[in-house]
Amino acid sequence: MTVLVNKDTKVIVQGITGHQGSFHAGEMIKFGTKVVAGVTPGKGGTKFQDTVPIVDSVVDAMSFEPTATMISVPAHLVRDAAFEAIDQGIKLIYILTEHVPFHDSMDIVHEARQRGLTVIGPNGPGVTVPFECKIGIMPNQIFKQGDVAVASRSGTLTYEIVEAITRSGMGESAVIGLGGDPVVGMTYIDVLKLFEADDRTRKIVLVGEIGGNNEELAAKYIKEHVTKKVVAYITGRSAPPGKRMGHAGAIIEKGVGTAESKIKAFTDAGVQVAEYPVDVPKLLK
Amino acid sequence: MNLYEYMGKEIFRKYGIPVPDGYVTEKPSDTREYKKPVVVKSQILLGGRGKSGGIKFAKSQEDLKNSVRELLGSKIRGLQVTKVLVEDMINIKHEYYVSIALNRSERSPVLIASSAGGVEIEAVPQKDIFTRKIDTLLGYSDFIGREASKFMNLDKNLSSQFRDILGRLYKIFVEEDCELVEINPLVETAEGKLVAADAKIVMDNDSMFRHKEINITDPEKTPLELEAQSKGYAFVELDGQIGVIANGAGLTMATLDALTLHKGKPRNFLDLGGTDDVETVANAFDLVLKANPKAILINIFGGVTKGDTVANGIVMAKKRFNISKPIVVRLSGVHEEAGREILKQNGIESYPTMMEAIERVVKVAGVSQ
Repeated sequence: MTVLVNKDTKVIVQGITGHQGSFHAGEMIKFGTKVVAGVTPGKGGTKFQDTVPIVDSVVDAMSFEPTATMISVPAHLVRDAAFEAIDQGIKLIYILTEHVPFHDSMDIVHEARQRGLTVIGPNGPGVTVPFECKIGIMPNQIFKQGDVAVASRSGTLTYEIVEAITRSGMGESAVIGLGGDPVVGMTYIDVLKLFEADDRTRKIVLVGEIGGNNEELAAKYIKEHVTKKVVAYITGRSAPPGKRMGHAGAIIEKGVGTAESKIKAFTDAGVQVAEYPVDVPKLLK
Repeated sequence: MNLYEYMGKEIFRKYGIPVPDGYVTEKPSDTREYKKPVVVKSQILLGGRGKSGGIKFAKSQEDLKNSVRELLGSKIRGLQVTKVLVEDMINIKHEYYVSIALNRSERSPVLIASSAGGVEIEAVPQKDIFTRKIDTLLGYSDFIGREASKFMNLDKNLSSQFRDILGRLYKIFVEEDCELVEINPLVETAEGKLVAADAKIVMDNDSMFRHKEINITDPEKTPLELEAQSKGYAFVELDGQIGVIANGAGLTMATLDALTLHKGKPRNFLDLGGTDDVETVANAFDLVLKANPKAILINIFGGVTKGDTVANGIVMAKKRFNISKPIVVRLSGVHEEAGREILKQNGIESYPTMMEAIERVVKVAGVSQ
């Protein structure tokens, strides 16, 4: 059993002919992901890289029996694309797109949850289980199979930490990017449940950042429910209050969401917090 | 995006939430004839305007003209007042608080209401605040208003008006893509009517393509931050000496943190995002140079953003902007070898790890202890 995806996961890509969609679909195929079809309205009947069939709609893609989708369409089209996937009951819906209105994200997340479907993102790097399946945009070459599971709200910072883990000689059992928006499909608690239940995972890394209180809630959950070793890294210690630091969700508002509060919550829960990204592997040993 | 009070009240009016009669003026000469007591309110996007003298009361034509003239020229907490709202004075019997806001961990709107209005909600004791999540699939329904009314001890007449307002407030929250819709105070007048005496609306920046009619310059952004915004860079000005360009919000923040822990204060946050365009890289330097840092640190973990593209962008910027300040580069990930080779040929120092680059830039900027 693995986290969310495995070597048999059949994936479709909504927006496969777009700039991002086509590049990342190609990288996913190189990683070993089973990309069974691409969806682009109006381009049905053609092929991606001469091999992957392109269809006009998710309904048409269902003959390939997909259980997961990557959505890479412009922000104003994400709601429709996600509803199309939800309507067909696709189990795992990953949204790559940045700048999705959070009201759209709220509707997508609640409609999906109602039907027992999982949403990852928007605005995150996706999910990877080395070397079974990658859905998303994480660089292929940073992984090594191992027993460390990583969950994060950002992209490149996750790669930095994953690479540090790999270089130290350890490897990863699963890496999930939750997304940098204020409203995303999965919380740290959702992924902690998956990591705790996953046989391959023995250690867990949570990469947090300023904004909101999901890290604090995670810390409380770890204290009460998680038996595996957890370490954390929090970014945004030097961020001024009231300023959005790149991610829509990375903002300290009315004293809520500071790095100090998150570091304290983890420390109180017995979770060691690394000072620098490269220190994470040291704490895992 | 924060809306001005008068814009919020226009939206309230459109959705049928009672607001005092009034008008906006930008020029003293446009002040209308005095008929009854009015309140003149500076339109600025910062709280605490009453305490800072931004609100005046007028009980005569003379008063009114003077108040408008005084406020329109003035600065409140550093912000120039360019518009005032002139509104009929209302007879206040009691002040309530009500808002609908996004609760991030619930990923849902939450209704917050209190009988103790007129002050910041943060100053109200928790026991006096009604808080309730609204299920977005169900939306707002009258039972929620009944729960709130009971908590606030509203009588039948007030509860009926209050519930009507809540339904409209929720409609605004959804249809106008709001992060926050707040009425503070919601006034009970001597005549027993509920009226929104203030309006605070914060809209989701990412939804503005659906609200093209609204275009407000954020007063808390510096001129350089506004320039960066118009050029599509995520950029925040800080008060240190080391210019920073990195890719990805998380990694950029981590770079600032690491610099700070090394006693090297960052001058800015600049996230290149995922780009494979040489010009995007080169033009980022223009912004950072305008902030006049002592040295510039570039921290790239290549993926979508490739190492050789970044290197070419840096070389291009160095020539185009004639940069003589020290540049320290960290390149890792996709095409890092090719990128470092390009930099080496052009006499720019680069490192494979973040920590080496951080230590180096702090040293060359001459700010280490």
